[in-house]
Amino acid sequence: MNLRGARDAAIIPGLAIVLALVFGSLIVIFSSPLIFGLDLTLPLVAYKALVEGSFGSFGAVISTIVNAAPLILAGLAVGVAFKAGLFNIGAQGQFLTGGLAAAAVGAWLAHAPGPVAIPLALVAAILVGSVYGAIPGFLKAYTGAHEVVTTIMLNYIALYIVAYVVTGPLRAVGATFARTPDVGNASLPILVGGNGHLGVLFAFVAIPLAWWLLYRSTIGFEIRTVGAGPDAARYAGMRPRLLIVVTMAFCGGLAGLAGAGEILGLTGFMPAGYSTNVGFDGITVALLGQAHPIGIMFAGILLGAMRAGAPLMQIEAGVPAQMVDVLQGAILFFLTAEILVRYLFRIRAKSAKVAELQTVASSYGGQATPTQ
Amino acid sequence: MDFILHVPVIGLLLQFIGYLVGVMTTNGSLIITLSTPIALGALCGFMNERSGVVNIGIEGMMLFAAFVGWYVAALVNGGAPTSPGPLGITFPLLVGLLAAIVAGVAVSALHAWLSITVRANQIISGTIINIEALAITGYLNLLISQNPIPSAGNFQSFHVPQGVASVPVLGWLLTTFLGHGPITLTMLVLVIVLQILLFRSRWGLRTRAAGEHPRAAETLGIDVIRLRYRNVLLGGVLAGLAGAWFTLEYIGTFQGGMTNGRGFIALAALIFGRWTPIGAFGAALVFGIADALGQAVSFNPPTGDLGAVLSGVPGQVFSALPYLVTIIVLAGVVGRSIPPAADGQPYEREAKAT
Repeated sequence: MNLRGARDAAIIPGLAIVLALVFGSLIVIFSSPLIFGLDLTLPLVAYKALVEGSFGSFGAVISTIVNAAPLILAGLAVGVAFKAGLFNIGAQGQFLTGGLAAAAVGAWLAHAPGPVAIPLALVAAILVGSVYGAIPGFLKAYTGAHEVVTTIMLNYIALYIVAYVVTGPLRAVGATFARTPDVGNASLPILVGGNGHLGVLFAFVAIPLAWWLLYRSTIGFEIRTVGAGPDAARYAGMRPRLLIVVTMAFCGGLAGLAGAGEILGLTGFMPAGYSTNVGFDGITVALLGQAHPIGIMFAGILLGAMRAGAPLMQIEAGVPAQMVDVLQGAILFFLTAEILVRYLFRIRAKSAKVAELQTVASSYGGQATPTQ
Repeated sequence: MDFILHVPVIGLLLQFIGYLVGVMTTNGSLIITLSTPIALGALCGFMNERSGVVNIGIEGMMLFAAFVGWYVAALVNGGAPTSPGPLGITFPLLVGLLAAIVAGVAVSALHAWLSITVRANQIISGTIINIEALAITGYLNLLISQNPIPSAGNFQSFHVPQGVASVPVLGWLLTTFLGHGPITLTMLVLVIVLQILLFRSRWGLRTRAAGEHPRAAETLGIDVIRLRYRNVLLGGVLAGLAGAWFTLEYIGTFQGGMTNGRGFIALAALIFGRWTPIGAFGAALVFGIADALGQAVSFNPPTGDLGAVLSGVPGQVFSALPYLVTIIVLAGVVGRSIPPAADGQPYEREAKAT
């Protein structure tokens, strides 16, 4: 994609972000009487703090990047699946189970040398995430059970798996709350700033890797062909069923790696009520980035900046950090209702749609993927 | 060797079936209560999908309606105790119920606009609704909880008179099917009414036509776009009722994310029930049973060998049961359950001849 193409592709998402910020400020103004009386300037104070907390200092920028890394990985986990015509809402479950695997292996190898413990914990997370992603892929390919419903169910089941493991077999002895033991030597080394850990690099390595896989490799070509139309792929001699399973496993691995980064790089253990919603945010990242690895990188950094700035916004403006969730939903809304964006700004711009999503919609509730 | 291994397994299985039947008979009323949001959500999906619109935003619609209904009822109530009428009906609760329905319709209008007029991807539209509903209700609930206001309470179940309830069989049937609050009772009526309307009314015929072959329907003079709008908005009423069930009938207060996937399970129930109201209700009962079984095992565990085995199973397995059942059901039936042919496909009128 040349520079001009990139600029055209960014117009609609950019304007959607602007409109989302306007919508968010309306919510802030109208809900302000609930805390301290009507305040028309509150959104400005809040957004200023949001920017300051995300780009205002060296530490803030590091925090933005650290927050962006798992979002990029989760965004790729959703975006690569989009390319195969699959809607992987299950990135959250793959993220949780992957993180749990990293916590378990990390705790087991807490006293082993780092160069042994870290790779093993990472591999465990990727493997478990892959398996957890492959399950809905298998169900979709061989029974026709739509991944939109099965992945959501698996997200809930993942919550219960984490709750069981953390409060049961893996509960740390002597901890004041239910959590797994410290990962010790398996924790990722801090490279820069207060918490710029090694895991951040994984995300930025995964971007070119995913790009190469999708646009330069044979399997990527097959994935995109299946996404454009499973029947066409089958006539061309590809195996859509196998490709669906493989793609979902690959995406699950990415989400699992994101989980490992959070556990081994930030918390150092898995708490029982682990409520980081990186997997869900990956949906926003993938759609905002139009399922393209480069787009996903920018979208991940933007959402990472919001997450990084949210605490300062809460402190300085009293606006709860959950405002970021509201903004994310609003961005998605304006992105989807791009007709509204075109009308409001009187522009004709390149559509920000993910083309392969046609396959997602038309296959809902349908049959098992046809075999030969 | 095999034989020896299997005997205790078969014994345990029989015990489990016995226990399950026990749970189903003694907790019949609870099962119907727990299946209410799933059945209402499935009916909402039915209204949408039969006319050709996929709706995976039911979860978000329910959650938003649950929040609005609860908050409006609490605001109207203002902390003052009011004397409830039959079924625990009070003025604030009725206003709350109405507000929940309006909220459900409002979110549905958004979905209708995105999926019918904008012709956006309907699965994305539903996903946006789910994300935004979770975010906005969580955000507002957090703000409200800083100055909490007392809830307006909740609807009460109908009490079958003691004399009638003790009659064998009839008493059980009456308490199981009538011993509910107004929203559950409405659901039971709606299941039957919608089933009849779908196959016996002009509206039903037109809806099925729009969902199977919109182009042909339009040729016969049916305004497909208008019909889809109307059905999606009416579906919003049902999602609103489902949301109100959480905060105005079952629990009486709001918690962030309290719908807990019931909207998605409703979709599975719709598929399992082959896109018919009665079928969806039957499927919702299966999930109600899974839910009730999870509760029964922890509050009223079985005795004997089965109890010994089940006590070794972590409680989370039973909590996860409805979700597991959903996956198994979907994997088992979906190939044989055929959706409306035009489900999920935006309808585009042919250009007018000039």
